Amino acid sequence: MALLQINEVEKSFETANGKVKALEKIQLDVKKGEFITVIGPSGCGKSTLLKIVAGLDTEHEGSVLLDNRKVTGPSIEKGFIFQEPRLFPWLTVEKNIAANLPVNIKETKESVKQLIELVRLKGFENAYPKELSGGMAQRVAIARALLRNPKVLLLDEPFGALDAFTRSHMQEVLLDIWQKNRTTMLFVTHDIDEAIYLATRVVIMNPRPGTIREVIPVDLSYPRKKTDVSFQEIRQRVLSEFEKVEEQQATGAIQ
Amino acid sequence: MSNQTGVLTRSGVERTGQSVKETAVKRQRKRWPLSNWVRGLALPVLVILIWEAAGAYGLISATLLPRPSEILVAFKDLMVSGELFAHLKISLFRAVLGFLLGGGLGLLAGLAVGFSSKTEQTLDPTLQMMRTIPSLAVIPLFILWFGFGELSKILLISKAAFFPLYVNAFLGIRGVDSKLFDVAKVLQFSKWKQITTLILPAALPNILLGLRLSLGAAWLALVAAELMGSSEGIGYLIMDARQFSQTSIVFVGIIIFAVFGKASDSLVRYFEKRLLKWRDSFIG
Ligand SMILES: Nc1ncnc2c1ncn2[C@@H]1O[C@H](COP(=O)(O)OP(=O)(O)O)[C@@H](O)[C@H]1O
Ligand SMILES: [Mg+2]
Repeated sequence: MALLQINEVEKSFETANGKVKALEKIQLDVKKGEFITVIGPSGCGKSTLLKIVAGLDTEHEGSVLLDNRKVTGPSIEKGFIFQEPRLFPWLTVEKNIAANLPVNIKETKESVKQLIELVRLKGFENAYPKELSGGMAQRVAIARALLRNPKVLLLDEPFGALDAFTRSHMQEVLLDIWQKNRTTMLFVTHDIDEAIYLATRVVIMNPRPGTIREVIPVDLSYPRKKTDVSFQEIRQRVLSEFEKVEEQQATGAIQ
Repeated sequence: MSNQTGVLTRSGVERTGQSVKETAVKRQRKRWPLSNWVRGLALPVLVILIWEAAGAYGLISATLLPRPSEILVAFKDLMVSGELFAHLKISLFRAVLGFLLGGGLGLLAGLAVGFSSKTEQTLDPTLQMMRTIPSLAVIPLFILWFGFGELSKILLISKAAFFPLYVNAFLGIRGVDSKLFDVAKVLQFSKWKQITTLILPAALPNILLGLRLSLGAAWLALVAAELMGSSEGIGYLIMDARQFSQTSIVFVGIIIFAVFGKASDSLVRYFEKRLLKWRDSFIG
């Protein structure tokens, strides 16, 4: 039984130029412990899909089920990592992770401590967000979501704003978390290498309207090497799908 | 720590991720070294010296501009007689009471209007209209209504202290980053937590700014209220001394106003520094 079921989800936006269909017939089942990456050209509805799964957007067709219960609003069961860390600037790292939970309770304090170690921020407990680099701040955001023991972690291009070095370090950290906690991940990115490097399955999306084009399983063991032949083979497959998407877009634009 | 090393250690942290504590140490805030004090004091000291010398050589009239030493003597005499303290006490009483009343109500009204757009629609247009009425213009009215007593003075100060806090508390609450509200939703903040851990801290910089401006306004209104007619207070001391051409005492009064104005401002700034140390702002 799938942990997360996305059934026939459709979404349109009313704009000044009429209705814009952002998502059409999205159908996806995610099993517990899977690491799904969603990839597609910008504007294909990735963020819209993630917001619907998170319950931040409830005005759509179709349904999203988490553990067989319909998603009707945001909750801590669905951890959400935005592209920017969105920390509270007036709280220290420790208090940002705890946020609305009292830090002075022993259990919370202990879990926060463990999470700080997990996201490799030991020594920064009392630092303010302004003292952190982009990657460190994003790790705090991840720890904040993990403290709530989410059933699924939704990440919307979380490393998109980071430089290449930081980004690959963050990928290591996230894989480490995933392997230790077995948190189910739904990860949106526009970086092909990142998508293949992390995922058990890569979901490729088509734009206008956003649909799922192809789901490609990545049966490679971790840790992966981006230079391996098998990695490159999958990369080729994803790339060729991408080229088809682009061709389609080009001819669509001409018509 | 120069910028360059900051960047270097930062990428170092990203690679190792562990315990590189130096970068967490606050960006080394420049302490005020002695030379800054000297730079700040040089000009006033120079002016005082020239002023004293010019007075001593009879270059300026003692009734228009008494020498600093004469002002000091006047100050000492007022201190010894206890007069100064008595006037200061009543002035402070008026200022503090007026400020607490006006500022407190301003803060409450600003928060109420900030939190609810219904309250905004009912309250804000009226308050904005009243805000544009200059304090000096209502003095005659206040005297007619409340007489020359304490009440009209305190109310005048309250009116002045009300608006800066009102406007800034309102602005602060409405200026909260909407992206953080999404975070609050995803983390399932209760209404109460949303107010205490999101809205109020985010509005705090504006509220403290309002506090400073309110204090300044209260102080100005105090002077206006005391000059318009009273029988005690630092403002009265000044007016009384003017009638007898005791210019030194006028100066003492003015200096007292300046010193207390600055002191109250510094107090708020001290709290600003402590409460807003999370802010990433330009130090200069
Ligand atoms: N609030 C909105 N109002 C109108 N159109 C929107 C809104 N949000 C997204 N869209 C449109 O929906 C489509 C998908 O957007 P989005 O999900 O942000 O794409 P992606 O995250 O894949 O870049 C785009 O065409 C975008 O213009
Ligand atoms: Mg997006």
